[in-house]
Amino acid sequence: MTDVRNETARDAFRRGVREGLPFAVAGGLLALSFGVVAVDAGLSAVAAIVMSAIVFAGSAQFAAIAIVAGGGSIGAAVAAAALMNSRFLPMGAAFGPSLPGGPLSRALQGQPVVDASWATAGRGDGTFDRWLLFGMSAMQYVTWVTGTVIGAIWGEALGDPETLGLDAVYPAFFAALLLSEVRSGRALSVAALGALIALALIPSTPAGVPVLAASAAALVGLFRRDDDRGERLRAEARAESPR
Amino acid sequence: MSTSVALIAGCAVVTAVIKAAGPVALGGRELPPQVTAMIVLLAPALLAALVAAATLADGDELAVGADTAGVAAGCLVYWRFESIVACVVVAAGVTAGLRAL
Repeated sequence: MTDVRNETARDAFRRGVREGLPFAVAGGLLALSFGVVAVDAGLSAVAAIVMSAIVFAGSAQFAAIAIVAGGGSIGAAVAAAALMNSRFLPMGAAFGPSLPGGPLSRALQGQPVVDASWATAGRGDGTFDRWLLFGMSAMQYVTWVTGTVIGAIWGEALGDPETLGLDAVYPAFFAALLLSEVRSGRALSVAALGALIALALIPSTPAGVPVLAASAAALVGLFRRDDDRGERLRAEARAESPR
Repeated sequence: MSTSVALIAGCAVVTAVIKAAGPVALGGRELPPQVTAMIVLLAPALLAALVAAATLADGDELAVGADTAGVAAGCLVYWRFESIVACVVVAAGVTAGLRAL
């Protein structure tokens, strides 16, 4: 019995590694641009690499570095990183019920949560395939660190990241995730509402707050449930058909 | 050097604590169906907000630029070919091309 379950876990992990590959390649490009930007902002190459290795949160790293580059304090940079990462609070709350083990074990299992893995590992019924998530994140971690190494050490030879259009990599990455995630009219309207909330708050709130506040758009789920069944059926059909 | 250490340590600690909070508080629990329906919708809400904030704003001002067009082109490629690598490469390429004009 244990063997079968272990095998299933290993299979799911391997599938995660496979499905994570395209995200990992795209994430590697993103990390490369992070390495260039971080060294530009005055971090040593080693510091940039260590940051990617132990923080492993793209948007937070970019936000913190942007503040340091603009002459802001360390405290402000860390606060910006925390706000950027605040979306992992609702994501972690969603992932939590799918995790076995004690509090410490669950705290550790929460660490590999990154956007692409979280969005893909969701089964569409509110539960998550944790081993799929771990596999996807492992793959992305490898290229995240590798990309940073390349950008931090050889970045100067590549030239200005904006000239190369590398700043478009990050939003394009999330836009692709969004497109693969929006499969129902309701999800589409929630996405539009989330974008509107963020845009409305951008001029008046610090970076990170608009995105966190946009999670309120999901509250629609509390009230309207008429097409839940259809969504669940589609999710099941998706899980059964190999991609 | 010490500022780099403080920056990195600070970012690492806040990230780890935030990622641990949900799993520690809600581990192994069944959630009511309405909450589950909300969780399913969190991904589109958060992802759309991230994309909007990154493509339609420059600092705290709303702005459309070469990157906006680049990301739109990337989306088109993803919608047509479902390749995230092609999506980000086209987005960067179109953005760079427009800036070079």
